[in-house]
Amino acid sequence: MKSVPEENQNLMKCEHMSCSYGGAPVIEGVDLTIRRGEFVGIVGPSGSGKTTLLRALLGSIKPVHGKVERLPGLRLAYVPQLETVDWNFPVTVGEVIGMSRPQRLMRPKSQNSELALIEDVLERLGLGGLLQRHIRELSGGQQQRVFLARALIQKPDMLILDEPTAGVDVRTRHEVLHVLADLNESPPHGDGIAIVLTTHDLNGLAAHLPRLVCFNRTVIADGTPAEVLQPYFLERTYGAPMEVLQHGGMPIVLEQGGDELRNRLNRSSAS
Amino acid sequence: MIVAVDLLKPFSYEFFRNGLIIATLAGALCGLIGVFVVLRGMSYIGHGLSHAVFGGAALAAVLNLNYFLGAGFWGLASGLMIGRVSRKRIIGADAAIGVITTASFAMGLALQARFGQAKRSIDAVLFGNVLGVFTSDILAVAGVGVLSVVVIIGLYRKLLFATFDPEVAGVSGVSVPAMEAVLMVLLSATILVTVRVIGVLLISALLVLPAVTARLMTNSFGRMLWLSPVLGAIFGGVGMYISWYADIPSGAVIILAGTLVFIAAYSAVGVRRRSQLAGLSHH
Repeated sequence: MKSVPEENQNLMKCEHMSCSYGGAPVIEGVDLTIRRGEFVGIVGPSGSGKTTLLRALLGSIKPVHGKVERLPGLRLAYVPQLETVDWNFPVTVGEVIGMSRPQRLMRPKSQNSELALIEDVLERLGLGGLLQRHIRELSGGQQQRVFLARALIQKPDMLILDEPTAGVDVRTRHEVLHVLADLNESPPHGDGIAIVLTTHDLNGLAAHLPRLVCFNRTVIADGTPAEVLQPYFLERTYGAPMEVLQHGGMPIVLEQGGDELRNRLNRSSAS
Repeated sequence: MIVAVDLLKPFSYEFFRNGLIIATLAGALCGLIGVFVVLRGMSYIGHGLSHAVFGGAALAAVLNLNYFLGAGFWGLASGLMIGRVSRKRIIGADAAIGVITTASFAMGLALQARFGQAKRSIDAVLFGNVLGVFTSDILAVAGVGVLSVVVIIGLYRKLLFATFDPEVAGVSGVSVPAMEAVLMVLLSATILVTVRVIGVLLISALLVLPAVTARLMTNSFGRMLWLSPVLGAIFGGVGMYISWYADIPSGAVIILAGTLVFIAAYSAVGVRRRSQLAGLSHH
């Protein structure tokens, strides 16, 4: 029997998966495979079931139809939206990161080896020396990195992020994207990390990812940004006509009525 | 010399020594559990549970059962019910507390009206009574205190994770409902054994005051977890001591002492923030 090369190994496979919260299905007939080391973006409008899909991937809700197959022993880690974090909670950077490590009875404090691991991850994420700081005292990019670090401490095979760039400025968005790309290319714990994220940001984030899934209750399109960011798929996903321009080799999505932006891009290309 | 003798005079009475010990221990215990009550946004639960305890106490008195055992069982059952109802998310925790504990309180009032002989015991539950403290009461508070410390140390990270970020804690392998149940059991046990000192009407304040004062003093969960019991112990001990001289019920003095410290801490934080803002405006 031929063994599957590790880089092509399926970490998770959803087959005809439907999920509900007791009533009508929120997502239906989802077929999606995530392989080791992939970097996947999921885009779709509000209320399209993206968060439900993430919950199904995480195993916090069970499918009512179909199935989710996970690689045995698969380690998952989740980074929530920063907007859901209670920033007034009395917790330091070190405490946030340390809370995700398993605890041995009667050892509430991190051990030296554990602290060294935390320091390594923090250093890699550019957060060295901030362990004693309160989470509110950090910049937006640093805050996102702290929650990334908490996830990475669990040595995950797959990292799942819900809207990692929601509500952040352009600089922070770039920072987060570069950190994720860096983790995906050379993960801190040896094995490749698959990254799955949801985003509303088609041009600033989704267009830069290697694989994109258009999602609205089910998978509408799945492929590279060039394959997926097409007016036909976008209109089916968002329920509104959209235009796609090419600029510097990148697809740029415009809502209909985006004449002003199109003109500016044309002027920019001409100059 | 005469002043020193006067200051030490209350210690010559065993009932005062017992009262001081139990007030200090009760303050520390409420301070410890209060950290979770405050941070989980369920400050109202102490108030609600104390009312539930009133119903259980009245029922126990009518049935001629052990008074505090009945109150404790009732409080524990109410606490677990509140946790279960609020987890369903159809109604919020505050509404769950409102329904379950006021129903229990109403039952207590009905029983009190129907069986008037229960009134004397019920007064003790409502307002506390440190003068009749026995060694067994001190041991009960100390026992729940030790149990709470062991449980909180043993489950430290899980309790912190489930309190700070329940959704992520759940997908990271922490049983959030189990952690909530553990906290409800500790809270109910705390109310049961401290009710004799403070009384149900003031116990919610002792659950909240040390924790919110500690919160003003630190941004670290770990530090808050030891600072709050220390403050609670000080409130309890100092309040009890002052009540001797002021001739005011100990529960009221303990809460007033805590409130004064809270106001001082709140004012100090306000002054510090204003001076930081003033410093920023100069740059």
